Amino acid sequence: MRFVDEFRDAGTARALATRIAALCEPGRRYKFMEVCGGHTHTIYKHGLEDYLPETVSLVHGPGCPVCVIPMGRVDDAIAIAERDDVILTTFGDMLRVPGGRGSFFDSKAAGADIRMVYSPLDALKVARKNPDKRVVFMAIGFETTAPSTAMTVLRAAAEGLDNFSIFCNHVTIIPAIKAILDSPDLRLDGFIGPGHVSTIIGCRPYEFIAREYGKPLVCAGFEPLDILQSVYQLLLQLHEGRCEIENQYARVVPWDGNLKALQVIGEVMELRPHFEWRGLGFIAQSALRVRERYASFDAERIFSVPGVRVADPKACQCGEVLKGVLRPWECKVFGTACTPETPIGTCMVSSEGACAAYYNFGRFSRERVKEATQA
Amino acid sequence: MCLGIPGEIVEILADREDLAMVSVEGVKRVVNVGLLEDEPLAPGDWILIHVGFALSKIDEREAKASLEWLTGVGDAYTDELKALAESDIQ
Amino acid sequence: MTANWAEEAVRAHAGAEHLTREEQVLERIAKARARKPRIREERITLSHGAGGKATHTLIEAVFLEAFRNPLLEPLEDGASLVTEAGRLAFTTDSFVVSPLFFPGGDIGDLAVNGTVNDLAMCGARPLYLSCGFILEEGFPVASLQRIVASMAAAAARAGVQIVTGDTKVVERGKADGCYITTAGVGLLDRACTLSASAARPGDVVLVSGPIGDHGITVMLARGELDISADIVSDTAPLHELTAALLDAVPEDVRLLRDATRGGVATICNEVAVASQVAVVLDESAVPVRPEVNGASELLGIDPLYVACEGRLVAVVSAECADDALAALRSLPIGSGAARIGTVRDDPPGLVLLRTSFGGTRIVDLLVGDPLPRIC
Repeated sequence: MRFVDEFRDAGTARALATRIAALCEPGRRYKFMEVCGGHTHTIYKHGLEDYLPETVSLVHGPGCPVCVIPMGRVDDAIAIAERDDVILTTFGDMLRVPGGRGSFFDSKAAGADIRMVYSPLDALKVARKNPDKRVVFMAIGFETTAPSTAMTVLRAAAEGLDNFSIFCNHVTIIPAIKAILDSPDLRLDGFIGPGHVSTIIGCRPYEFIAREYGKPLVCAGFEPLDILQSVYQLLLQLHEGRCEIENQYARVVPWDGNLKALQVIGEVMELRPHFEWRGLGFIAQSALRVRERYASFDAERIFSVPGVRVADPKACQCGEVLKGVLRPWECKVFGTACTPETPIGTCMVSSEGACAAYYNFGRFSRERVKEATQA
Repeated sequence: MCLGIPGEIVEILADREDLAMVSVEGVKRVVNVGLLEDEPLAPGDWILIHVGFALSKIDEREAKASLEWLTGVGDAYTDELKALAESDIQ
Repeated sequence: MTANWAEEAVRAHAGAEHLTREEQVLERIAKARARKPRIREERITLSHGAGGKATHTLIEAVFLEAFRNPLLEPLEDGASLVTEAGRLAFTTDSFVVSPLFFPGGDIGDLAVNGTVNDLAMCGARPLYLSCGFILEEGFPVASLQRIVASMAAAAARAGVQIVTGDTKVVERGKADGCYITTAGVGLLDRACTLSASAARPGDVVLVSGPIGDHGITVMLARGELDISADIVSDTAPLHELTAALLDAVPEDVRLLRDATRGGVATICNEVAVASQVAVVLDESAVPVRPEVNGASELLGIDPLYVACEGRLVAVVSAECADDALAALRSLPIGSGAARIGTVRDDPPGLVLLRTSFGGTRIVDLLVGDPLPRIC
């Protein structure tokens, strides 16, 4: 696959690994946070940690949009789905996220019409094909996905569809990063910046991280070499005493972002005064909702939802994992009460969640893996 | 969720210029390119696809520059290894 | 689910102290996974049909619990029966694929080839099939005739006879057109014993051709996604291939399995657990067509888990691996055969993948169901 395979060359990876090791000061440990769930997934899927020296650790951040949805919002979506005339459409990742009384999957087994889609446009198709039903799209994601949802609403408006609406749970990345930076528990040396969020918002929004907090950030692509090169660039900055925002993913990310996408988001959505994030609590100006002028496409206005705030189960430590304070295996219920089949929290459910990635892909000590795979 | 894949534009649909037929390894899919309406798009261009939408046009020059840097690192490493193997350590 | 499902789950694991070292946590997980499976859900969900973890739990906790007997316990593709007339292989299968007709075949082809293959995987010569039809009121007779014609042709090609059957009709709205159940009987006239528990460190894992064709074909044929590709189902009878392999290396084949629901990854996991060995796969050696790769990337699924209907996985001794591969490649159906992995003694019960990038990750049993109703 073009633009993919070239960035997976093992020989180059070994070379980069040597350069990375050479940049590490003896006796110093480095902690970089990769914000984006997609990066967490890549790191484990390709076994990237095998290429990093022991002294460099990657901490997983809150950039997993499924992971940060509080249980109460899942319950609200289920309440909508359980109505006889509603078809709820959702990305696959949301299906097994546990709410207060079960997941979408459980609800579906009990009779609710919940369908998996790969695009909000698929949800529009369902709406066109089922004029006697009300189709609701569970809209989740950071700024990467918000423009696509917004475009879909505009499309629905242009076609005069009156049976389509979205349940908007889009969140924005900068407040999450700021919450990490302000968290007293964490000492990071730098950030591996979100790749696809940046295609929309560009790299400028990260400048405050270098300027006010003195931490470097390198915007990274999603192939293994992209991430290794980004770690290299971070170490180089530290080595040379620089503190800047850099764009390793320049082939995809424009420095100024995608203006049209930002306009489209602004046309259809606005910032909520505050929104509850699982594990991070209430954060101001951190999530989007549908504007008044598109009210007929806003599921929250059309349906009355319980809107009850459901506290996370006492045992759940997703919040600390999302902030990077705890490694997945340090959570008290990891692997016992909380497994991918029987998840207690979101980090174990989403394909981008740190706990799921570690349990499914990385769950074995590096030494034993090296022994087992020696040719 | 962050899942974005590069695909090659095969054709812009005649009746809907916000839609393009895109190919990923021979698998064809209709993608909405409305978010790139300010950019000139033509068959042969590569775009990043995410949940049925094109988010960005891939800059082939930047891609080439990236690869050249990476290959350079790879070559330098191979040279060093070679030099090490051939060097006379006394 | 009750409101305090999370607390109950945690209580079920009460007494587990909070471990602080990664190795301890991983050991605890290994122990938890080795425990007797229990079914927690109150209702059947689509996961139970996916061939992954939920399916295995359902089989062990519900069916095996109730029916337990020595002939059933091995849970291979078919049961080996000893009678005065000789040894027989006996298997059963059901087919609920949607849509019924897809590029490369239809439900009828799957029904005959799938049953023939289960018998072939026991090392048997397939002889006789039964088939039961559950038809929906209103189903076109012409469609039924098409399906039956496919079955007749497939049976002739495989050298088997359909000798008994049954038909039921249910009201409109049930049975989604047509469901087929089969049973098959074959002659076990070879001395070999094939079993998932027979793998030993040093053994080699072979696959008979490119993987994932069937699952992806059916997914795209559903027509719900705007994706089109030149892929057809790989449905085919494998009895000649197994015969060629067993003729060439009669003493050295540990196990044969056809890679249906759950794909190659599931078979490797079953072997790893039953034999208490590690299976180490080499990603760059696994044959996958570029279109299957492309479609999988678009859908966010891993070809290792995608069903095939005309591919087998064989575990053979190291000494005979080259001869075994040659035997597979000697037939057109096996022309794409490849060596994809090896068996090690450690870590037991796990499948590891050496990525083309050079890192390593775990390949666990599937959770959830990315592709429902594939076969």
